[in-house]
Amino acid sequence: MRSDANPNRASLPLKLAAIGGLLFLHLPILLIFLYAFTTEERTYAFPPPGLTTQWFAAAWNRPDIWQALTLSVKVASVATLLAMILGTLVSAAMARASFFGRDQISLLIILPIALPGVITGMSLRSAFGIMDIPFSTLTIILGHATFCIVIVYNNAVARFRRLSGGILEASADLGANAFQTFWHILLPNLGTALLAGGMLAFALSFDEVIVTTFTAGQQATLPIWMLEELIRPRQRPVTNVVALIVFAATFLPILLAYYLTRHGSETAGSGK
Amino acid sequence: MMTAIFPARSLADRLTTLFWRKPKLLLALMLTPPLLWLGVIYLGSLAALLLQSFYSIDEFSGMVVPEFTLKTYAELLRPQNYDIILRTLLMSAAVTLGCAILAFPIAYYAARFAKGRWKAVFYLGIMLPLWSSYLVKVYAWKLILAKEGIITWATDATHTSGILNAILALPVIGGNSLSTSYIGMFAVFTYVWLPYMILPMQAALERVPTSMLEASQDLGATRAQTFRTVILPLAMPGVIAGSIFTFSLTMGDYIIPQIVGNSANFIGMAVYQLQGTAGNIPLAAAFAVIPILIMLVYLALAKRAGAFDAL
Repeated sequence: MRSDANPNRASLPLKLAAIGGLLFLHLPILLIFLYAFTTEERTYAFPPPGLTTQWFAAAWNRPDIWQALTLSVKVASVATLLAMILGTLVSAAMARASFFGRDQISLLIILPIALPGVITGMSLRSAFGIMDIPFSTLTIILGHATFCIVIVYNNAVARFRRLSGGILEASADLGANAFQTFWHILLPNLGTALLAGGMLAFALSFDEVIVTTFTAGQQATLPIWMLEELIRPRQRPVTNVVALIVFAATFLPILLAYYLTRHGSETAGSGK
Repeated sequence: MMTAIFPARSLADRLTTLFWRKPKLLLALMLTPPLLWLGVIYLGSLAALLLQSFYSIDEFSGMVVPEFTLKTYAELLRPQNYDIILRTLLMSAAVTLGCAILAFPIAYYAARFAKGRWKAVFYLGIMLPLWSSYLVKVYAWKLILAKEGIITWATDATHTSGILNAILALPVIGGNSLSTSYIGMFAVFTYVWLPYMILPMQAALERVPTSMLEASQDLGATRAQTFRTVILPLAMPGVIAGSIFTFSLTMGDYIIPQIVGNSANFIGMAVYQLQGTAGNIPLAAAFAVIPILIMLVYLALAKRAGAFDAL
């Protein structure tokens, strides 16, 4: 056997390409960290002429950033809560049995993220237009909850499938009613999957910009604030700091979701 | 029956008995809220979109005329609108190809050779960029591609700025700087959607049995032959599944073409501008219907190629 053809060892070029690919995925994000500390105000000059932490203080004192951050947190929390309730209900129903229209329902759940965001956004915009609904925080939440349902659903349905029906029957045999079974048996078993789904939904909602631009009207969530800065840069150093905040606000829930579910057969986040 | 042994006492107990006797009722109760939400808000909105696309705009008053007409769809065939559609499709195809090539070594290594701790490194290494903020990723590339940014600095430091300038001097895809050229836009798209290609590809490759690779080798195939005749055909459903995401996401994106590139119009941008500043909602809606139709055809073809087994 030729030694270079051993199929159980990766060849050097493959190894380099794989590790190079991983670095390609991560290095651009690391650059954000560096730029948040640059002393350069007017350009994106690399390397930064000097390092400073003054922009964090500057961002802290900006009311418009606080306003956008508050709105983003509010929208993401409410949308996540709605998505968790609706996503859990539909995953419980889908895991139970086969029934008429099951495939159509699963398509309906996936559609909001399978179709490009601009379509979801434009559709909602047309509907609000036809029905004369003014843009508000509520219209943003409506859009966000719609595409967050599938995230919770994906996490919960995998756990439901693994959960043996036996323990629910055992609970009923021991005299628990449906609500006691739900509270004492089902919820503790679903817990981490729901929490992970909720974390991912929060991250997705917090960061969403494509659908939001169509449903927000004059309000600015943090990503919309950032988008305006991206199109017409006016205050680059503060934007660098905001980018870091948005990154942290999405990164931490994802990492938490991973640790919550990493021992199961289904790990959170393997599909978006 | 439960009621025969324990007399039903509370409302909760009585409901439990009811659910036990009529499981369909519980199912209906569970399905109603989510289906109402998705059916009314989402499907209702899609219907509104479709409806608007058959309306037209009065040329003098700029008001939407709510009467059925195909005039708006005919406008899509105007040369400038037709160009937008063609440009978007070409970019989506190029990005899909770029993602497939870059994703393959990562997916293959993660599926076949990464063990133990490295498996976790690859898993998190692909998942974190997938989920981390889209806007921050685009922003990072604005920093990278800027004329005074890291690429210019690196080419200056390595005395290779001649190569960069030669690439930028290329017709059509070149430009003033990387951030105002199609090359830059292509790079950002490829970067942002790459994880969507890696995951289904990896799932498909994980299902390739090692015995087949050994058999191929025993029969005297070289690495290249094994790759071409065994691995690639078996990975194809994964590639197609990934391409659904990269194609659809590129086609609908309007942020990246707005921030990077030479301000040439794309479908997503056209929708955004027409509904916003131009106020022509019917034409915006008609533009938005195009990606839906293309994706329906694409999904039908992908289904025939067996891509959904790899999802």
